Amino acid sequence: MNQGAKNTLKYLGLAVIGMFFFSFALVPLYNVFCEVTGLNGKIDLSPTKFVQEEPVQGRDLKVQFVSHNNEQMPWSFRPSAEVINITTGKYYTATYFVKNNTDKVMVGQAIPSVAPSNAAAHLKKLECFCFEQQRLLPGEEAYLPVKLLFDNELPESINNVVLSYTIFDVTNTYKDEIVQNTHSMNTKS
Amino acid sequence: MSAVVESHDHHHGPAKGISRWLFTTNHKDIGTLYLWFSFAMFLIGGAMAMVIRAELFQPGMQIVEPEFYNQMLTLHGLIMVFGAVMPAFVGLANWLVPMMVGAPDMALPRMNNLSFWILPFAFGVMLSSLFMEGGAPNFGWTFYAPLSTTYAPPSVTFFIFSVHILGASSIMGAINVIVTIMNMRAPGMTLMKMPLFVWSWLITAYLLIAVMPVLAGAVTMMLMDIHFGTSFFNAAGGGDPVLFQHIFWFFGHPEVYIMILPAFGIASHIISTFSRKKLFGYTSMVWAMVSIAILSFVVWAHHMFTVGMPLAAELFFMWATMLIAVPTGVKVFNWVATMFRGSITYETPMLFAICFVVLFTIGGFSGLMLAITPADFQYHDTYFVVAHFHYVLVPGSVFSIMAAVYYWLPKWCGNMYDERLGRLHFWLSFIGVNVTFFPQHFIGLAGMPRRIPDYALQFADWNMISTAGAFLFGASQILFLFIVVKTVMGGKKATPEVWEGAQGLEWTVDSPPPYHTFSTPPLVK
Repeated sequence: MNQGAKNTLKYLGLAVIGMFFFSFALVPLYNVFCEVTGLNGKIDLSPTKFVQEEPVQGRDLKVQFVSHNNEQMPWSFRPSAEVINITTGKYYTATYFVKNNTDKVMVGQAIPSVAPSNAAAHLKKLECFCFEQQRLLPGEEAYLPVKLLFDNELPESINNVVLSYTIFDVTNTYKDEIVQNTHSMNTKS
Repeated sequence: MSAVVESHDHHHGPAKGISRWLFTTNHKDIGTLYLWFSFAMFLIGGAMAMVIRAELFQPGMQIVEPEFYNQMLTLHGLIMVFGAVMPAFVGLANWLVPMMVGAPDMALPRMNNLSFWILPFAFGVMLSSLFMEGGAPNFGWTFYAPLSTTYAPPSVTFFIFSVHILGASSIMGAINVIVTIMNMRAPGMTLMKMPLFVWSWLITAYLLIAVMPVLAGAVTMMLMDIHFGTSFFNAAGGGDPVLFQHIFWFFGHPEVYIMILPAFGIASHIISTFSRKKLFGYTSMVWAMVSIAILSFVVWAHHMFTVGMPLAAELFFMWATMLIAVPTGVKVFNWVATMFRGSITYETPMLFAICFVVLFTIGGFSGLMLAITPADFQYHDTYFVVAHFHYVLVPGSVFSIMAAVYYWLPKWCGNMYDERLGRLHFWLSFIGVNVTFFPQHFIGLAGMPRRIPDYALQFADWNMISTAGAFLFGASQILFLFIVVKTVMGGKKATPEVWEGAQGLEWTVDSPPPYHTFSTPPLVK
């Protein structure tokens, strides 16, 4: 094989390796793209910094809360109020009711989504139960808070925003933790 | 002295028996292996299609369980794409590229051997999943997560490994083709003097290098989601199933051009030969293929218009997709212009090639309909889509492969095929393919969803006709097998030129060509 062929082989090999890693790079690229553009109704899963409530008079906005149970998630999960009327630029706290109907310790994780998707970039959440997992004992119930604000830059055309949460059963992922905790509980009692 | 004689023999003829095929590094032998392998896969995938069509002969569940139907559907797609069409084109590249550019062999002959011999193992692993507990993969050839992760049968891991293996095979094949074309052309053969089949494969090989690693990445992410607790595609863990579709189609759309570009090359050769005219618009043919290849990277989301994308993205992907019709139109125009006022004869390869141009164009038009975003919300996941991609893949890719076999088989084995039987095979296939797939346009527009084993009564008549056509098409491929075997066994001897007016270096060597051709490179003027 001559030198030219060796060089071709080298850059083709590098291209293959590069494209393999590029496929993994697509994952963060996709997330960054969705966050920057606010497409897909994806929300940043970390609390935003406290924003000073804006002195400018905001406008009225209707926020609807929706809940879904992912397949095989036996918890009760619903918003305390289905609709709230708010003013943009001010913080509001809404709650979701959740109850573990089983006789097992379970861990749930809620994933949020906003419609229309171009409202997502204007939603600031100071705290949200979706930032962490919920661990509920058998029969335990709770009211999960979300403290949110829609800023004044929300596009004029939007008068109604739907905030949807889907709760997933992630008990298997946290199995070891649960076993440990149950163990420590048993020793305490 | 005897040692010298032995080494002399070693250099000039194939080894005897099975070891010739196991250890061969000869591009002609490996091309033959690829072609026979793809033909075997074509028959296996075809048999699965017969199971599908038999079940759809009448509404209601008759022959198979829905679970098994889904497995047949999935394996039919995977085997036809990765086992039949792609290896057939690689086989043609192995046989023809070195002979067309005046090279003695492929650049990396041992890797060539490896890239063929891992293929039977890849498909062995994939097909063995049929006999596993839980059955074979049942999530469609597009293996969307979470169907292929959370809800997949346990055999999905075997599927993932087989995709890894066949991906490695394709990548090695593509590297071999590029290194050969870029470095081993005969003196005087500049890039713009290369035969179009070589050009089409050069572009295809670059596409393969760019997207097969992405496919490997996608299945690796699935593997990690299933076994190592990651959440690439699992919404509960912060992942996104829609991301899977983006990654898959980033691979998948260039993949569909990987399956059609070599066909463009083949059609150009055959139409020019049997029109007894120089190909019209060689340069524009090359640029059209390059444009199609580049555009193929920016249209992937037209497969997922209904997934919930913003309007701006839907518009972008709609226009980008429609733009592909322009270079494709250039190619169709050039083929027609080549035939215009030519002295055309209708031997079997030409029949297949003309049929390719006409029916591929029909498939292209239904593709344009699907590209219209608002219309796609109606057509998405209906039989209209099935009709569309079967029109571009069966009378497109598959007919071009058959045309190529009839065209170059006399060169490969030195015997002419039986022209009467060849034409019979063509007409049976032509009628079969249209009777099978044309009615699927109608039932698709009427709303029949794809990937279902049972359907509403109003679709019964067209489905019955479609199944009848499918069995005709399937049976006529047995005739194809018979014709090829008969030709290989004997027949009228072919001249070196084989066809009156055929152009290219491969026609300057004997039929069949000696085991080693162009050990001294020919001079291209």
